Amino acid sequence: MATMATPLKKNRLNHHWRWFANHLASVLAVLATILVIAPLVAIFIDLVYKGASSLNWNFFTRLPAPVGEPGGGMANAIIGSAVLLGLASLIGIPIGIAAGIYLSEYGRGTRLSNLVRFTADVLNGVPSIVMGIAVYALIVVPTKTFSAMAGGTALGIMMIPTVARTSEEMLLMVPHSIREAALGLGVPTWRSVLSITLKTAMPGVITGCMLAFARVAGETAPLLFTALGNDFWSTRLNQPIEALPLQIYVYALGPYDEWHRLAWAGSLVLIVLIVVSVALVRYVTSRGVLKGAS
Amino acid sequence: MGVGIEVNGLNAWYGTNHTLLDITLHIPANEATALIGPSGCGKSTFVRCLNRMHETNPIAKVTGEVKVGGVDIYNDTTAVEVRRRIGMVFQRPNPFPTMSIYDNVASGLKLNGYRNRRVLDEVVQRSLQNAALWDEVKDDLKKKSGASLSGGQQQRLCIARALAVDPEVLLMDEPASALDPVSTAKIEDLIFQLKSQYTIVIVTHNMQQAARVAERTGFFLNGRLIEFDSTHKIFTNPSDKRTEDYITGRFG
Repeated sequence: MATMATPLKKNRLNHHWRWFANHLASVLAVLATILVIAPLVAIFIDLVYKGASSLNWNFFTRLPAPVGEPGGGMANAIIGSAVLLGLASLIGIPIGIAAGIYLSEYGRGTRLSNLVRFTADVLNGVPSIVMGIAVYALIVVPTKTFSAMAGGTALGIMMIPTVARTSEEMLLMVPHSIREAALGLGVPTWRSVLSITLKTAMPGVITGCMLAFARVAGETAPLLFTALGNDFWSTRLNQPIEALPLQIYVYALGPYDEWHRLAWAGSLVLIVLIVVSVALVRYVTSRGVLKGAS
Repeated sequence: MGVGIEVNGLNAWYGTNHTLLDITLHIPANEATALIGPSGCGKSTFVRCLNRMHETNPIAKVTGEVKVGGVDIYNDTTAVEVRRRIGMVFQRPNPFPTMSIYDNVASGLKLNGYRNRRVLDEVVQRSLQNAALWDEVKDDLKKKSGASLSGGQQQRLCIARALAVDPEVLLMDEPASALDPVSTAKIEDLIFQLKSQYTIVIVTHNMQQAARVAERTGFFLNGRLIEFDSTHKIFTNPSDKRTEDYITGRFG
């Protein structure tokens, strides 16, 4: 029995250490989670505190009031942001997904695909103000006007790398056996890619699109030289257009308290709109998913 | 109805690795033919050459002649057409996870543009019945994903999916190796019933399985076809010493 005592004691020590290590890891994980959530919650509370009081019906339906007059709203900026983001999505999402498909399905290991991947990563790192200047030179200068088209293009180009790279990653996660199953049935490659591989990867691809969308939704810099801003109603693509971030930028820098309050309210609306559109897309795309599908 | 397969001087490579050397054999119609041999002997590569799946690997290469029902599948037709006529069941069940049971079975037809609902309903029911899965899934056809079934059910679903496009040949690459004994027995029963309508080529590691389901058996070793004869002869009185060593368990 005496020989048994030693290992038993040692075990107990191990047991205490394991108990400690286990709880330490849990506490650290919870702390990290709180650190991630805290800034978002803090920003949101701050926005509600400073912005919610300025929100009223006029904010969503009226144009900005002339300088010095109280009241007024950001209706044109809300609509303008919707137009710009719609345009950006129309440009960025198809090109991004197509590039992702090329990278994972057709160009695997080729020199062109390495070039595309490298370009996408560099593009992702280009400061957004530079994107604005580039589109200014490419579209605003030749067409001789600031326009919604130029702003949407700048945001759309910024979406491409994120959409392309996440689409690629998600497509690569689809098991090879699924592709083989489709080809083995006599399905042409293009059909298998679109109807099987892309469809299987869709939840992840949509997440990538939403990330890109949410990122450009708050961009101000690329719009400064492209969409410019517009104090009046406009949904025309060849005219300057207002956007929430631009309006917030102008109001936040302005000298009036009324403007500052509106800027806070605009920020709150911008964040809520992003959250709502992401949640909406998630809800719509999650419907019709079958029981047991993975 | 099934058709026969004639293979003449087939060679295959993965990169510089010569995996099949000069294979010549004739697989008769409406029989089950088993291919046995140790891992890496080339039997999987061989069946993948029969429906041109081998060439989906970019570094793969193949030479020689394969005639299915008299048609040279490498020269007289396209890979897509070949795979429509020659169904394949893989080692691991691979139902399409985003599709319902119904859509999995109908996928071969739907993805090729076939839309007539009445015909599709009929084909789905018949294929599931032929795969002995109908009774187990008929109430959840459109409600459940193919991935929600058990492993054995998934494999029968994959067989139903392959049968739905009405192939002439069914290639099975170790179809039961990932399944439990009960599911394996069901798959073997199925092979027994299916061979009246289809030519079946089954790769297996399990020699009892080959003996149970196949009329003929081929023994592969190091990329060569060592012996091809009636299953009875292979397992009772093989002509080659290496075949005898393998089936008596002396190696492999």
